[in-house]
Amino acid sequence: MGRITLDKVQKKFGEAEVIPPLDLTIEDGEFVVFVGPSGCGKSTLLRLIAGLEDVTNGEIRIDGNPATNLPPAKRGLAMVFQSYALYPHMSVRKNIAFPMKMAGMDQAEQDRRITKAAEALNLTDYLDRRPGQLSGGQRQRVAIGRAIVREPAAFLFDEPLSNLDAALRVGMRMEISELHAKLQTTMVYVTHDQVEAMTMADKIVVLRAGHIEQVGSPLELYHSPRNTFVASFIGSPKMNLLTGDIARSHDATTIGIRPEHLDVVERDGTFVGRVGVSEHLGSDTFFHVHIPQMEEPMTVRAGGEVGLRHGDTIHLHPQADKIHRFDAQGLRVA
Amino acid sequence: MARAITTQKKIMWTVLSWGIGLLIFFPIMWTFLTSFKTEATAISDPPVWFFFDWTLENYAAVLERSNYPLALTNSIVIALGSTLLGILIAVPAAWAMAFVPGKRTKDVLLWMLSTKMLPAVGVLYPLVLIAKYFDIMDSRILLVMILMLINLPIIVWMLYTYFREIPGEILEAARMDGANLKNEIIYVLTPMALPGIASTILLNIILAWNEAFWTIILTTVNAAPLTKFIASFSAPEGLFYAKLSAASIMAIAPILIMGWFSQKQLVRGLTFGAVK
Amino acid sequence: MATEHSRSSARLMIAPAVFVLLVWMLVPLIMTLYFSFADYRPLRATFETWIGFDNYASFLTSSSFLSSIGTTLWMVGSILMITIVGGVLLALLLDRPMFGQGIVRILVIAPFFVMPTVSALVWKNMFFNVDNGLFSYLFKFFGAQPFDFLSQLPLFSIVVIVAWQWLPFATLILLTAVQSLSSEQLEAAEMDGAPALSRFWYIILPHLSRAITVVILIQTIFLLSIFAEIFVTTNGAFGTRTLTYLVYQRVLESQNIGLGSAGGIIAVILANIVAIFLMRIVGKNLDN
Repeated sequence: MGRITLDKVQKKFGEAEVIPPLDLTIEDGEFVVFVGPSGCGKSTLLRLIAGLEDVTNGEIRIDGNPATNLPPAKRGLAMVFQSYALYPHMSVRKNIAFPMKMAGMDQAEQDRRITKAAEALNLTDYLDRRPGQLSGGQRQRVAIGRAIVREPAAFLFDEPLSNLDAALRVGMRMEISELHAKLQTTMVYVTHDQVEAMTMADKIVVLRAGHIEQVGSPLELYHSPRNTFVASFIGSPKMNLLTGDIARSHDATTIGIRPEHLDVVERDGTFVGRVGVSEHLGSDTFFHVHIPQMEEPMTVRAGGEVGLRHGDTIHLHPQADKIHRFDAQGLRVA
Repeated sequence: MARAITTQKKIMWTVLSWGIGLLIFFPIMWTFLTSFKTEATAISDPPVWFFFDWTLENYAAVLERSNYPLALTNSIVIALGSTLLGILIAVPAAWAMAFVPGKRTKDVLLWMLSTKMLPAVGVLYPLVLIAKYFDIMDSRILLVMILMLINLPIIVWMLYTYFREIPGEILEAARMDGANLKNEIIYVLTPMALPGIASTILLNIILAWNEAFWTIILTTVNAAPLTKFIASFSAPEGLFYAKLSAASIMAIAPILIMGWFSQKQLVRGLTFGAVK
Repeated sequence: MATEHSRSSARLMIAPAVFVLLVWMLVPLIMTLYFSFADYRPLRATFETWIGFDNYASFLTSSSFLSSIGTTLWMVGSILMITIVGGVLLALLLDRPMFGQGIVRILVIAPFFVMPTVSALVWKNMFFNVDNGLFSYLFKFFGAQPFDFLSQLPLFSIVVIVAWQWLPFATLILLTAVQSLSSEQLEAAEMDGAPALSRFWYIILPHLSRAITVVILIQTIFLLSIFAEIFVTTNGAFGTRTLTYLVYQRVLESQNIGLGSAGGIIAVILANIVAIFLMRIVGKNLDN
């Protein structure tokens, strides 16, 4: 079981309020991702749940039981740190065994769980090595192994993939997702990378300056962002946000159109501009289009074989039902 | 440098460096050679290099002098004693400053360092008076305490820089893994801090062993360590070069070997982390 | 993370170190300060508690003070010159690719671990001695008159001994600094067409400047209190009496405690001026 409830949880460092009172429920078995730009308080929130920081006000409950004042070890949670935080002087085996040793588990059960975790994580051949002799990906697996063997109520991940190179990151992303599918244990995952959030989460929590901007499934956030911040944060490349006359014509202060919702047309486009930088990915091409009335270039997704060059004139037409409208406060207009 | 270098150039640098290295090392080398000569060979004109009748008689002679073993014992007791006592006081302090830094931690560290810069002559007579008052002149305990105090800032400082390198996340991981403070210290902190503590001990034994102000001034015979013992050769009679050499080699050999092992820590310990 | 509880236990852990250092610093220093205003000569059984600044006045105006300051400056200054210039050159040399680098390093660093009394005696007797020293043989070999270093050039002789001990220290620290210079920076300069000398002047030397400052300050603090080398070679004679040695003689040889204490306080003040600069550098380093 692993249902985590935050009830008006607030965190201050001295006078600075990092997390204003905040409510959040994480259901059992859910994969929840906290996402937001750096300094948005997502790591602090995770550390509050872990018990590594004291809550200033409010209450944290795990499976209905108050956990606000429990020390980290008593909360039944396991954490994977950004730096992995492996014990450098212990072998992989001892690293993984450490939480069980602390819990006073008997040796046979320890060995059984280590073997099982090592098999699941492809670490069997490395059990007697030290962390220093492992690659980044292997260290990451050891850190996960150390978390798994405790059979925790929930896993907490603090930007676990940020120290890996791009290729490894994709692989580990899948491994963690598979692990979640297999264990069905609650996972709380912190990242600043919206791609990680979109690909892994059941539920995404978008944070800015300690505030929750929106909670929802990846597609909910993609299709109906509650405000301009979420709109521009979720989705890659970023949503084009337009103001001025064009927005007024849609009865809004700001309108948002995703690059993939702009069609390149032969003539009579809503927008006419000049092609700037184009990024050819093979399957797709992203054009940065300079439109005379606008300060920022618009990003457009087109097919891989569109034969436009730098400086060419381009006509664009938005898909009418995919236009997001926002009011003067930046909030979504239904 | 990831660049191919011609063998010719490499040989040139090698010859030059070895030449200068041997020149700098020469006085120690010469002392070593002389310690195996007879007194007559030691001052022969012209000097002889390697081809003489090697003898151990000087070592035997020095060891027979009643005060050599005493001086050696004193050196060991004073160097080890002051270092270990210092470690005992410094470990908790450095620990607290590294892991629970407060607003004034930096000031405390710098203040400790400033006490290291107090010139010995500024406190010379009061110390003599205090020692006389407690009747501990020429005693090992006096030197253990004084050398501990003059090296304590370096010990605290070195330990602090080592402890600070232990990442906080590891301690948090241990806490998440269910370790209480005791287990955190036994299983995680201590094993990670041990190499740092060991090099701190090593460097401070060297510093204490070679200290030659207080050891000379505050001892006469009973607590006189090797520094003082060697100084007694400054007003010699008759032929004594070979014996001086033998005594010198015995006084510096252990520390020379320890020193070679602690080169890296030396930079860190003596520059207070200002050069890395 | 740091709770109130851990803070108070932290204070408790720091307390013993702070306490012993505080006592160590304050008690004797206050006593010295007290004596420095007294006429205290135990051999003559004189003890007058307050004579104002007389001791300071007579210490500062005595010819031995002025000459001791001169000696100290000469000694410290020339040792610094030798060790810094030599240390930079040696550090650059040892950074070159060569065979047996580790062994050369060991040879070069060795003198630093030799206790001061040993190095002073070895140099005094086996090198500088006019009858049997190696230098005398060398002079004779080239047909020159043997030369009595310690009585003819006493200050120079001590400088040689101490510089030999401290050159390894400077070299080791500067070598560490040299090795931290990225080779890409040097290669960039080479691509930009800077010849070797310019690379040294515009890239290597500025990179070393901090390490050089640190070496100068630390050595100054240690060199200001050179004692054993003078004690076993000249015993302060022939113009080798530094401030430290002068105070030592006033206090322990002539037993003029008042006068010596005034000198001690002056030495403390001078050392503190150097210390302030060192602390600034170290303190800055603590922040990052």
